[in-house]
This record gives sequence, C-alpha cells and structure tokens, in this order.
Amino acid sequence: MYERIREKLGILADAAKYDVSCSSSGSNRKNENKGIGDAEGTGICHTYTEDGRCVSLLKILLTNHCIFDCAFCVSRRSNDIKRAAFTVEEVVELTMNFYRRNYIEGLFLSSGIFKDADYTMERLVRIVKKLRQEERFNGYIHLKTIPGASDELLREAGMYADRMSINLEMPTETGLKLLAPEKSHAEVKKPLKYIQNNITQFENEKALIKSVPKFVPAGQSTQIVVGATPESDKEILHTANAFYQSFSLKRVYYSGYIPISNDARLPVIGSQPPLIRENRLYQADWLMRFYGFKVQEILNDVHPNLEADVDPKLSWALRNLDQFPVDINTADYYMILRVPGIGVASALKIVQARKFNRLYENHLRKLGIAFRKARHFIRYADSPMQLKEYEAGHIKGLILSESKSKYLSNPNNQLSLF
Amino acid sequence: MELYIFDGSLEGLLTAVFECYQRKSKVVKLVTESLYVPDVFDSGFRVVSDREKGKRVWKGLCKKLGKEWQFRFYKAFLSEQPETFQHLLNFARYIIDQPPGATENFAHPDVLAVSQMAQKVHREKHRMEAFIRFQKTGDGIYYAHIEPDFDVLPLLPEHFQNRYADQRWIIYDLKRKYGLYYDLEKTEEIELDEAPQMSIVNALPADLLDPKEQLYSLLWQEYFKSTNIQARKNTRLHVRHVPRRYWKYLSEKQG
Ligand code: SF4
Repeated sequence: MYERIREKLGILADAAKYDVSCSSSGSNRKNENKGIGDAEGTGICHTYTEDGRCVSLLKILLTNHCIFDCAFCVSRRSNDIKRAAFTVEEVVELTMNFYRRNYIEGLFLSSGIFKDADYTMERLVRIVKKLRQEERFNGYIHLKTIPGASDELLREAGMYADRMSINLEMPTETGLKLLAPEKSHAEVKKPLKYIQNNITQFENEKALIKSVPKFVPAGQSTQIVVGATPESDKEILHTANAFYQSFSLKRVYYSGYIPISNDARLPVIGSQPPLIRENRLYQADWLMRFYGFKVQEILNDVHPNLEADVDPKLSWALRNLDQFPVDINTADYYMILRVPGIGVASALKIVQARKFNRLYENHLRKLGIAFRKARHFIRYADSPMQLKEYEAGHIKGLILSESKSKYLSNPNNQLSLF
Repeated sequence: MELYIFDGSLEGLLTAVFECYQRKSKVVKLVTESLYVPDVFDSGFRVVSDREKGKRVWKGLCKKLGKEWQFRFYKAFLSEQPETFQHLLNFARYIIDQPPGATENFAHPDVLAVSQMAQKVHREKHRMEAFIRFQKTGDGIYYAHIEPDFDVLPLLPEHFQNRYADQRWIIYDLKRKYGLYYDLEKTEEIELDEAPQMSIVNALPADLLDPKEQLYSLLWQEYFKSTNIQARKNTRLHVRHVPRRYWKYLSEKQG
C-alpha cells in the first residue's frame, strides 16, 4: 500500500534538493481566520540534513518532466531517469499533513517545465490557491516563477505565495549559454522586474488602504550555481550585488555545483563540490548586507577571489591594516563591526556597555567576541603596550596557528560566521 | 553575608527581594528549600512567599525594565538553576537601585548572567517549537511529549495556539509531569495519569493512532532521507545543529 505516493515523493523530493534555499522567514502572514498556520517572523528549521542544511519546508517538484535540456540539471530531458508527477490534491494533502504534525513551516514548490511555461505555472497556481482558499492554510509558501509564464499568472501566484524565486543558475550570461543555450539571464530579469513592480505597487496601496491583500510579502530570491563554469568570485559577487540592487532581492543563494552528469562541459562526477568556496561567498554576502561593506572592498581586480584559509572579513582587515587598531572604547560602531572576531550582536553590546565603564579585556571576553582573533586589531582599557607593528603575514600566521582545525579540515557549507 | 531560603517559586524570589530592603540586608545568599542543608552555625532566614510583596517588587522592576527585559527575567527564572536564582536576586536589587537604563550595562556580572541564561532558555523554547513532532490520535488530537532542559512549557502556548488554531493538541513534559491541552478555544494545564516513555519516539500505541498516522511519519522519514546530498555529508555540522540529546524527538532520525 501507499507505494505510489512513496515513490513519487522519493523522485520529486530528490530532484528538488539542489535548490538550496530553505528559508521560511521574512513573511508576515498571520492566522487571522482561525485557519491553520502562520508565517510570521524568523522561520524555524525543523530538522537538519546530514550535511547540516536547514529543513524547514517540504521542498518538492510538481513534476520532473521537462522540455528543456540544461546540462547542469538532473531533470534535463536528455537524462535517463525515472519521471513522475504529483496531482494537485497530492501536493495539498502532503503539505497539510506534514504541517499539522509540526514537521515543516510550509511548502517550497518548483517544477520542471512540461508542455509550456503557462501550462506549468497554471498548475502551480492552482495548488497554492487551493491551499490558501480551501484549506485556509497560512503557513509559508515559496513558489518558483516559471520563466516565460504570462503576467496574469504571475500576478495571481503572487497573491498566494510568501516568496517567489527564479534562478540565475550561472553567474554570467556566457556561462549560462555554454550549458543551457535555450536559456538567458534576460528571461530571469523580466519576471523579477514584473513581480518587484507589483510588490511596490501593492505596498504603496496598502499604505493608503488597509484592506489591500498581501503580495509576495517575503520578497524574491535567486540562486547562483558556483563552480560549474569558470567565473571568478568577483564576477559572482558583483552579479549578486547588481541583482540585490536592481530587484531588491531578499536573498541570493550560492550553490556549490554537485557533479551529476558526464557532460564534458562540466566537472566530472565524483569531484568534490566547492563547499569552502560556497561558504566564503555566503560570508562575503553577509558582509555586504549586514556589515556595511561595499562589494568592491571585498573583491576587485587586484583581489578577484576569496581565500580558502581565511574568511573574507579577516582577509579585508589584513589588506587594510592601516585602519587598525580600533579603539573599542571610542571607535564608531561601524568600525567596530569591521573587526575580525566581532559580530553584530557583540558590537552592539560593546557600544552599550562602554557607556557605563571603560572596557577591559575581561569584559570583552565575556561579551562573546572571538578575543584571540580580535586582539590583533583592537585597543582596550588594559591593552598591553605594543612595541612594534606586526605585518599582515605575521598576524595571519598567528591566527591560523591558533585555529587550524576550524579553517582547514571542516568544509562547512552553512554559516559559522567569522 | 546573610542566608535566605525560599521555596523556588517566582513569587518567593520576588518576596526575597522585598525582604532584602525590609531587613536592610547587604550581601544575601539565596538558596532553595530543596537544596538547603541546615547548619548549626549558620541559621538562614526563611522567606515566606507573599503575593503582595512579590507584586510590589515586580511593579518596581517593571518601571525600570522594558517589555523585553521583563520577559528575559521570567525566562531566566524558568531555567530552574540555583545560580540563576542568585543572579536574579542580585539583578533585581541592582536595577532597583540604579537609574533606568542600567540593563544596558553588559559588563555587570548579573546583567550579563541573566541575559545569557534568558538566551539559553529562549533557545530551548525555540528548539521545542522546531523539534516537537505531533502524532495524530484516533480521536483527532495531535499529541507530542518532550523532556526539555528547562521548564519552557509556559512559554509555548502562544506559538502553538496561533499556529494550530483549528486542531486540538497536547504537549506533555514528561520530566515535570504536566502538559498543555488546547481544545480549540483555550490552552490549559493538564496532568496525565499514565504518561508514555520518552525513549520511544512513536510512543503512543498503534491502536490509539489515526489510521494514516503511520503513512505520514513514514513519508516524512523518507522525505528526510531524500533531502540529503551525499557529496556534502558533514556530520559534525549536523550534530552542532541537532545535538544528540534532541534526536529522541525526531521521528525522521529513527528510521
Ligand atoms: S528548465 Fe529547469 S527543470 Fe528543465 S532542465 Fe532546465 S533547469 Fe532543469
């Protein structure tokens, strides 16, 4: 019994897992109709995969049938694999039953393109509409935008989804053309822009009239595959930065390419996915979004790639030693944020606590900063006298020798920040 | 130094703060009755929990503490840790004696300790919100039990009530032997005569379960397996996110 639904779930969850986004945060949907679920606040990881990625959504494809043949994708039409398709009811039932048992925060629904874009998008919309209207489901819904789908369908989708996303896949147009000649960045930009315009329009109207419904309240995101094509980190991060700015994206995801094909254009099966690189890109992304760094400060023509052995914040500090040491008791908050070993939370605590007392080493240690790392870049009330100025290579050597295992032997893919 | 003995309740703790002022005590060491070992040389003062006194102290504190700090105070109290009770007593006295804003002094040992413990309790609450797995029973109630490190049950109703407004549910703390029951209207505390054991995840006997319960927990287990990407396996990171002591909650880890 149940063999069919088990097999479908196996195939269609497996094919969906290469989309790394699993965020369920940033929406503001409340359970106001005594229905089920809410999607407020920061989101919850209900479990973690064995590689440490957050599982918060039921992430599946509606189908893995596809008329396209993108070389980097398991669902490409030339790939000899088992195909399956859910019915609308099956997706709704799975979502509701997982949600009611507190397994998930909601649904992440994507699909291969069968027949054509509108046909596919129309099915996706039918599912989310049924969830919202018939099941009164207020949990989180992340819906894929199918490139080429009509504006009407996108607009309808946006009335039910919390987040929508469409993937750039390769960081540059050249890279994309190499692996998926039928695809282009332009067909990604068009729906991104259309949905963004609608988000702004709905927000403006909502400011005037309270009853205006929500439209993609958690915004849009995209994914860039790293390491399938030869772009530098600079090209990747500059593309990400441009998309953050032009389309007000909530997130850009970086997905280290997992070899799944014998195609000569791609890394061979069995080669290691670039997990350290992926992690460094996320760290650099955080520096742009939360630490006030400009993309050119992190990566530029002189420094086009992130290093494997040090994180991008430390790397920046070592290249800019003239900006240090920073005096913890007097420096501007934004400068304290730039100190390697000090994160946002401890930087805030520092500027609050120093109103009461001058801060000493023992205070700093208790406030939760990575003192052994930070001490090379700061002055505090009882800093030891420093007789000579160290140069970058020496400091880097000291820091690395104290934290070897952490940096070299464990390729994290999620953020253990700075 | 004076020794104060209290009953471990929040009211008792706040009364103890009151008595510090009433009795003009200087340094006070606070212990709970259950941990107090009588000592012939050092007879302690027994705090008698008193609603009025407790209220007065709480009111005074609220004048100096914003909403968030009031909540932190409560969360830290739910840790049930003896050293945290001491920090809370010192913290309350410090806050009452200082002008408003003293909570920002993270260099003060009690401010820091209370905020850190509140953070820990908060994390445990958040973990329960994430790791609880309901099983649907034959009569349509969604049941889960937990053994949290701290007494976080009082922090849970809001979240689960908002989320599962249209289903009845029970969350039961096996360690502290009480639970929450939501009946579609309100959440109440309950005690079960015969609570199941934590060690078994699918703890309810099969005859109590909804006929489809097995299907969905099986589908969930299989779904969990298929989200893995073998080439990325990283057990160390996995265990950092889901410490082993929480695995007992997770049906997907049992397969
Ligand atoms: S269109 Fe999408 S699903 Fe189809 S092959 Fe390309 S990436 Fe894969």
